Amino acid sequence: MEYIIIVISAIFVNNIVLARFLGICPFIGVSSKVETAIGMTGAVTFVMVIATIVTYLLQNYVLNPLGIAFMQTITFILVIASLVQLVEIILKKVSPPMYQALGIFLPLITTNCAILGVAILAVQNNYNLMESVVFAIANAIGFGLALITFAGLREHLDLVNVPKAFKGVPIAFIVAGLLSLAFMGFSGIV
Amino acid sequence: MNQWNNFSKGFIKDNPVFVLFLGLCPTLGVTTSAFNGLGMGLATTFVLLMSNLVVSIIKSLIPDKVRIPTFIVVIASFVTIVEMVMEAYLPTLFEQLGLFIPLIVVNCLVLGRAEAFASKNNILSSIIDGLGMGFGFAFALTLLGAVREILGSGTLFGLNLHLFPLDSDGNPITMLVFVLAPGAFLALGYLIVLINKLKKKIY
Repeated sequence: MEYIIIVISAIFVNNIVLARFLGICPFIGVSSKVETAIGMTGAVTFVMVIATIVTYLLQNYVLNPLGIAFMQTITFILVIASLVQLVEIILKKVSPPMYQALGIFLPLITTNCAILGVAILAVQNNYNLMESVVFAIANAIGFGLALITFAGLREHLDLVNVPKAFKGVPIAFIVAGLLSLAFMGFSGIV
Repeated sequence: MNQWNNFSKGFIKDNPVFVLFLGLCPTLGVTTSAFNGLGMGLATTFVLLMSNLVVSIIKSLIPDKVRIPTFIVVIASFVTIVEMVMEAYLPTLFEQLGLFIPLIVVNCLVLGRAEAFASKNNILSSIIDGLGMGFGFAFALTLLGAVREILGSGTLFGLNLHLFPLDSDGNPITMLVFVLAPGAFLALGYLIVLINKLKKKIY
């Protein structure tokens, strides 16, 4: 039951992009085409789940026992940065087609605050390992849902005649605001 | 004059938020009030200034291949300092900003300036660049925070402006949506439009 609550709340109620404001850079940057949005979602899902598992283990079996929890920020970001590199190397060797599809998005992920944000949130919420994994997967789905929906909207936006000063990013923000308004309808479910 | 340009470019011409679209997560996440925006802006300015300074001092010692991880460690150290100082002296602000304090590490603005400017320029220019960009960021966050606070709560820096009519219980009827999540996107979108118009007039 609590897993269902975690999933629903992460995807709809506290959507990572539209309610928590994490991962806005890729949300605005790579959302002009549905295809790239799907690729980005794949890469984020992959790294987010692995990063959350590794940082969970580090926090509970290294940082906390040694009493150096204040090193959390430095440790987590280093883990994520090296993890992204590792994933890139392994993917290149093991599954070249997948590397082809996700490759260009991987370096961008180090500075995607959604990854670090989810890792820290999972620790802050005192989730156990299983809950952390579910939380990471649900947030990745929430990220994908927001990103792909928004990419679909933006493909249509390109065809619309908007005032010159609104062209590009400003109108995208306003559309994102309306999308976020729609997602607010989910609040109160959980 | 050249240094003045270097300093002032962050405000309108190359404003990190309105023009370069860097560091958008904290921009949207913490600007529910002008004070929160200012606090976040100044915290980021400190990290940006110190990381620019350190990076430009040690730039010749860093091997090219590991420069990004090195920058990240430098930045993360200063973020940890900000985190600890803020938790000790400004606990309410710390609680309000919450997750976004550790997330300064992944603010693309800080890493971007280290990579694009501090690793190529001398110490003085890097300090001025860090200050200018930081204040530009703080300016943008305070402006966005002020707009959202005025429309959403009818106050500015906590002072009641008496702009909105009162309901039968004596509470002002404000546009609550602006302090909620959608208001962040809408307010920023319209502010960028305004800045676009303004830029065309000035430059």
